Amino acid sequence: MLAFLGMDSLDDLFAHIPQAVRLANGLDVAEGLSEPDVAAIFSGYTSANKANATSMTCFAGGGAYDHEVPAVVKMLSNRSEFVTAYTPYQPEVAQGVLQALFEYQTLVSRLSGLAIPNASLYDAATALVEALNMAHGATGRQKMVISSGVHPHWRQVARTFARGTGHEIVEVPLRDGVTDWKSVDATNTAAVVAAYPNYLGVLEDLSEAKALAEANEALFVVGADPVAAGVLKTAGQWGADVFVGEGQAFGTPLSFGGPYLGLFACTAAQVRRLPGRIVGETVDSSDRRAFVTTLRAREQDIRREKATSNVCTNQTLMAVTAAIQLGWLGTYGLREVATRCAQGAHYLYEGLLGLEGVDAHSTQPFFREFAIRLSKPADQVIAAMAESNILAGLSVGALSDGGDPSIEGNIENVLLVTVTERRTRDEIDHYVNVLREALTR
Amino acid sequence: MIVTPLPGGRAASAPLMGHEAEPTLFEMSVANRSAYQLRSTGVPATALEELLPAAHLNPEIVPVAEVSERDLVAHFTRLSHRQFSVDLGMYPLGSCTMKYNPKFCDAIASDPGLNAVHPGAPASLSQGWLEILVTLEEKLCAITGMSAATLQPSAGAAGELTGLLLMRAYHEANGETRRRVLIPDSAHGTNAASVTLGGYEVTTVPSNERGLVDLVALKAALGPDVAGIMLTNPNTVGLFEEEITEIARAVHDAGGLLYYDGANLNAILGAVRPGDMGFDIVHMNLHKTFATPHGGGGPGAGPVAVAAHLVDFLPGPRATRVGDGFFNWVAPTRSIGRVHGWHGNALVLARALAYIDVHGGDGLTRVAQHAVLNANWLRHRLREILPAAYDRVCMHECTLTATPLKIKYGVRALDVAKALLEEGFHSPTVYFPLIVDEALMFEPTETESVQTLESLAQAIERIAQRAKDDPESLHHAPQSTPVSRVDEARAARKLIATADAVR
Repeated sequence: MLAFLGMDSLDDLFAHIPQAVRLANGLDVAEGLSEPDVAAIFSGYTSANKANATSMTCFAGGGAYDHEVPAVVKMLSNRSEFVTAYTPYQPEVAQGVLQALFEYQTLVSRLSGLAIPNASLYDAATALVEALNMAHGATGRQKMVISSGVHPHWRQVARTFARGTGHEIVEVPLRDGVTDWKSVDATNTAAVVAAYPNYLGVLEDLSEAKALAEANEALFVVGADPVAAGVLKTAGQWGADVFVGEGQAFGTPLSFGGPYLGLFACTAAQVRRLPGRIVGETVDSSDRRAFVTTLRAREQDIRREKATSNVCTNQTLMAVTAAIQLGWLGTYGLREVATRCAQGAHYLYEGLLGLEGVDAHSTQPFFREFAIRLSKPADQVIAAMAESNILAGLSVGALSDGGDPSIEGNIENVLLVTVTERRTRDEIDHYVNVLREALTR
Repeated sequence: MIVTPLPGGRAASAPLMGHEAEPTLFEMSVANRSAYQLRSTGVPATALEELLPAAHLNPEIVPVAEVSERDLVAHFTRLSHRQFSVDLGMYPLGSCTMKYNPKFCDAIASDPGLNAVHPGAPASLSQGWLEILVTLEEKLCAITGMSAATLQPSAGAAGELTGLLLMRAYHEANGETRRRVLIPDSAHGTNAASVTLGGYEVTTVPSNERGLVDLVALKAALGPDVAGIMLTNPNTVGLFEEEITEIARAVHDAGGLLYYDGANLNAILGAVRPGDMGFDIVHMNLHKTFATPHGGGGPGAGPVAVAAHLVDFLPGPRATRVGDGFFNWVAPTRSIGRVHGWHGNALVLARALAYIDVHGGDGLTRVAQHAVLNANWLRHRLREILPAAYDRVCMHECTLTATPLKIKYGVRALDVAKALLEEGFHSPTVYFPLIVDEALMFEPTETESVQTLESLAQAIERIAQRAKDDPESLHHAPQSTPVSRVDEARAARKLIATADAVR
């Protein structure tokens, strides 16, 4: 090949790079190993990960859930045609991914109750950022009124990106687990953001938040658990203009937090401000149904500095996986999962409240997770229960990186506990016993 | 050099059973069919009405679909047969680095010891993951010549925006408000979109007749209000910015920072490091350079590495070695905050580390050498039909132009791209970068053999012959694919984004 180019060595190909910047002695990275040797290194890593849901019973949630993922979903979503394709820029040879995304969009639209979904964003936190940018575009305003019931990490991400956009983030405190909307001045606001359920598991009545958004002509953004849509009202039914959510629950394993799936949908009124890709139905030159990425004029590769978002790579494989998982669950499977989450969580809650050293954090209704106040720091209890192979939940203090003004009293003692459809009665009963021991030790 | 194409490389043998549309999942639904099976839990089946207030319960049932497992499998398998992929054949999409992804890395990522770990688990129970993150960060820094990195950004665009926020934090810490960021006219549109979201204005720097940044124009654009410059090197035309040292000096002298867009990092592994070129901030597209499959459009991972003076601003918390073989989460002192809901696209990060470990420093250097060799071989092989926009040694991709075909036969870059699909190859990138007329950008990557490259070249020769004999037929290509050219205008005019949309 070099001779064809009239060259003697591979170095000739790099001869035009100035010597001053060339790497003289090669990369300071160890020499390559065989795959079995690398696998051995990785088995060292995996054995040091004690908190995996196959060896510990998982009661941790907080936006990352241990749901059933059946063999059929794993096998279909691992098909190499889906896994090793690029963004569907040539629709003639990308109908597989495009149609799967169209089906995903349909499901997101139904679960959110909003007409215009997109084809996915990175995760729920960054989806919220895109919702805020959309609200700024729609209203021209910078103030974002966000409930402290929104997941602490999402709020942190919103604050980070506000450094560039200049958005003013106003966080509304919780009172007895519910957003105290009356405490906030929402004049001249771009977005009112509520969570459903909120990150402490509480189901808030969103009517007040909706009224606040409406009175101030702000967009109403709802961050909702999409599994809840199996039994609870959708974001659209609460009057949301924009829905954001975490789609990990649909077929993506816990994965140490990523890649996950940012769900996004909005009303038809906001379609020109939609971030990311959207797939639309059309026909080919023989009038056969075909799918294609559309409304491309909003996107960064065409609109450049005036684009609605800078997103290009998204989470397509997770979106395709979600479509497959939801197809497997079906209408009644999703209802069943949502119902069992609620039943299991309430069963555990009843068991825990009988324990000495455990108090409810609030008296509000909850869906599949709840916060409890312990007589000891939550991280100590989590460590103690881990010895019995139970991942007891999440420390709310750790989750909010040290403090959340909405949590009254000592935040370090607050534990967030989650139950999914995978938890059995025996596991739940065992949890109660182990926690009792951990608190009396 | 005479190369005989071997079987392979082309996807033209892929079986297609016909051209009928595949019904949607919703069209396949039949009442009371289902596929799901859940664990027997023994949890009391208390009625929802007793657990949750009526105000929250949805009086309606949200319809999903009702299909059997058998039908579900048939549906998504058929969809997969309507999809081109790297595993099926060559995917020479310029600027996208669609190399073959070793299956080993996928196997690593599917180990429950990694993929079943909850991201909120205490550090003491996820030490393996923290060590993976720390080790990857160290290796990425060695490869790029930087001091430290955040692994949180989910993709290249997220990395760009993170980098711009770091730039902003740095200037603000120095008490400076700077408002402009320079980007070359050849840059990808994402750069410009990121600049806006970073709170800056774009100033475009023209390219010279060699396809490189015009140094004189660059110097003229610099000033005390310039926060920095975003550069891709090799640039989006596939050429190395040979005056990079002068560019770096000029930008630094004006108080600005240099941002390296890692889209084309595959070309320079082991040959030159962004840190040694003077860059202060570097993002990497792990899904391109370090072989995570692209998933039909994602997920990716876009870590951002920085020079020493920016380490304190990195997003946090960061997995950190805290002594005695223990790892913990530590927030940098002046951190800009989180840019991801958890720790980044962790399974993509694990794949990248496995890829780096298998290749090693020597193997990564060969990756770049062979990527550059393949691109130059293809450029030279195609010179009679599709001349290079800039006729000299390129890096990992070559930007060719279909202008001669357009002038002679009215056949455009898009027609060539579509005809290539019929030949069993994925198209190159077309009409990018914008500064090249009728651009066709080929990035063969290091993983394709010379026989496959020859096979591609012969396909393009056949297309050139068709352009001469029957140019009209090329305007209607492709015909052998699952669908022919699609009506994009109709899709945009009347948006049908869901199966429920009013038609």
